[in-house]
Amino acid sequence: MWEAIQGNIRRSWLLISLMGVLLVAFGFCVGLLGGPEGGTWGVFAALALWLILWGVAVAGGDSLLLLSAGGRKLEHGDAPQVWNVVDEMRIASGLPFMPDIYLVDDPTPNAFAVGRGQKRGAVAVTSGLLKRLNRDELQGVVGHEIGHIHNRDTFFMTLAGVMLGAIVMISEVVLRTMGWGGRSRKSVGGGNALFFLISLLAVILAPLFAQLLYFACSRRREYLADACGARFTRYPEGLASALEKISGNLGSGMAADEAANKVLAPMYIVNPMQGLVAGALFSTHPPTESRVKILRGMAGAGYSAYEEAYRRTRGESDWCIGARTLQVDAAVGIRPATPDDESDEDRAGRRQDVQVLVSRLNDLLLLTCPCGVGIRVPADFKRPAITCPRCGRTNDLPAAQAAAQPDEPMVYKRRGEGWESFKCECGAAQNLSPKFMAPSLTCAKCGKKIWIEPPTA
Amino acid sequence: MGPIVIALLVLGGLFVLVALAAVGIYNALVGLRNQTKNAWAQIDVQLKRRHDLVPNLVETVRGYATHEQKTLENVIAARNQAAGATNVDDRIKAEQGLSGALGRLMVVVEQYPDLKANRNFLALQEELSSTENKIGFARQFYNDSVMQYNTKLETFPSNMVGGMFQFKAATFFEVADAAEREAPKVKF
Repeated sequence: MWEAIQGNIRRSWLLISLMGVLLVAFGFCVGLLGGPEGGTWGVFAALALWLILWGVAVAGGDSLLLLSAGGRKLEHGDAPQVWNVVDEMRIASGLPFMPDIYLVDDPTPNAFAVGRGQKRGAVAVTSGLLKRLNRDELQGVVGHEIGHIHNRDTFFMTLAGVMLGAIVMISEVVLRTMGWGGRSRKSVGGGNALFFLISLLAVILAPLFAQLLYFACSRRREYLADACGARFTRYPEGLASALEKISGNLGSGMAADEAANKVLAPMYIVNPMQGLVAGALFSTHPPTESRVKILRGMAGAGYSAYEEAYRRTRGESDWCIGARTLQVDAAVGIRPATPDDESDEDRAGRRQDVQVLVSRLNDLLLLTCPCGVGIRVPADFKRPAITCPRCGRTNDLPAAQAAAQPDEPMVYKRRGEGWESFKCECGAAQNLSPKFMAPSLTCAKCGKKIWIEPPTA
Repeated sequence: MGPIVIALLVLGGLFVLVALAAVGIYNALVGLRNQTKNAWAQIDVQLKRRHDLVPNLVETVRGYATHEQKTLENVIAARNQAAGATNVDDRIKAEQGLSGALGRLMVVVEQYPDLKANRNFLALQEELSSTENKIGFARQFYNDSVMQYNTKLETFPSNMVGGMFQFKAATFFEVADAAEREAPKVKF
């Protein structure tokens, strides 16, 4: 959607310019602390630091952020459903590329997006998120994250975040080396005392001001990304119920997310540092209740429906989504809910699937011993069997078995039309029912494909 | 400089401005037209993907549901008809027929718990239902793009540039059945 993001991009450039002005003014003030001619040098130093930080962010950018959060890349075969949901949202948003998908092994349910413009991007989900959400909810969350990439939030927030980082860094260095006075104060003459005071004030206030600017901007983007999520999925309830589940979890003693840090915070779907950052003014995310309320109050699934619900809920008259976007927005309906026939057993199965996936991505093999103990086997474990630490049973390693017999397909020829059983090459018993007609089956133990030939008449 | 020279300069400046604006509008129109084309291609990709998935699905189901030959044959017939359709109207109709046939097959499958526990079948089921979703989303994005493009073609001042270079309005992907219009959700 080409027009839909124009307003957002204009606002972003405004933010970047404001931050830039702040950075330059700040550098000037810091330079003055060093001496009357230091102003220019301060500006140069601040800009140089910003350029270096930006270079690092752009060069290593996405992967650096993801690595700092401990993400592992997912392919289609690893988790087909997650991959499909992301692909669906890519299509719905008209994104010209398929974002990479990362899994962060973290029990806290959360998700975030990183990316640069319209060329590259990635969506990361935590294992806790996959364990808790059903397909509709996951779709809502992924829609929100794709919305961030689509609105170029990821790009601008990285840029602004780096500026904020530069300001905070300089201010801390200055405050520490100065030790609140001491050496540098003596060199300041009487006439410059006023300058000195102003500069000191700037050093203390600039980081706060920059953060305010940054956070205010990031809050609005969250609403916008919510609107995108609702529109892409045509189903606001999915995102609403996911937000409730996620924030409910954060509330119960999991406030601080270990994987998250301050600069990453605006990229998460729900603020991972809710317990740490006090007050709405310094919050990167709007309150979840308000977001859920807006989503549930939508009469349709389009941008205008979101805008209308936004104003009604917040009692505000300002625009959340630009007027130009709304002008070309068609009224779109909400699609019917998917019947949720998920049983507790299915949920348990999903939790287990995610756990197995996490282990596999960490190069661990998860074996379940018949006594119920889950054994994690590292990839470099070479022996063909492992002893269970609880019951002492010997468990065969499927990987070792498969390695012993390379991918030669096994063929079993049926004797007749009735019940039959035979053994796979790994030793697991296979049963064929009289109804079995498929050309092949897959051994549940070693995963080998076995071709079934019909009996000769 | 005489007043005539100044007037000429002003006129020339205005002309340059108008020309620049026209170039900008022209490029925007081309961008939007390409977006609708890409969106249409995406629908094609997903429909093709569904055609590829159907034979696999039918083979897997055949192994378990031996009494459902008729339903399976219907699915195969609908798939072949959709894959062979040449003009757009026939194709939309045939694809809808295929959706219907698949829906009926999935109702039948409910009676075979063995089949529903088969990993191969479960994987195919996820792929198929996701492909149905993707078709819906691709159609949704296509219609959004058409709407945007057509609006641009109809509003001032882009309508002038559009008329000059003979841009044609795109047609919406309409589906006869109102329930089919939204992103379909196939639940097995």
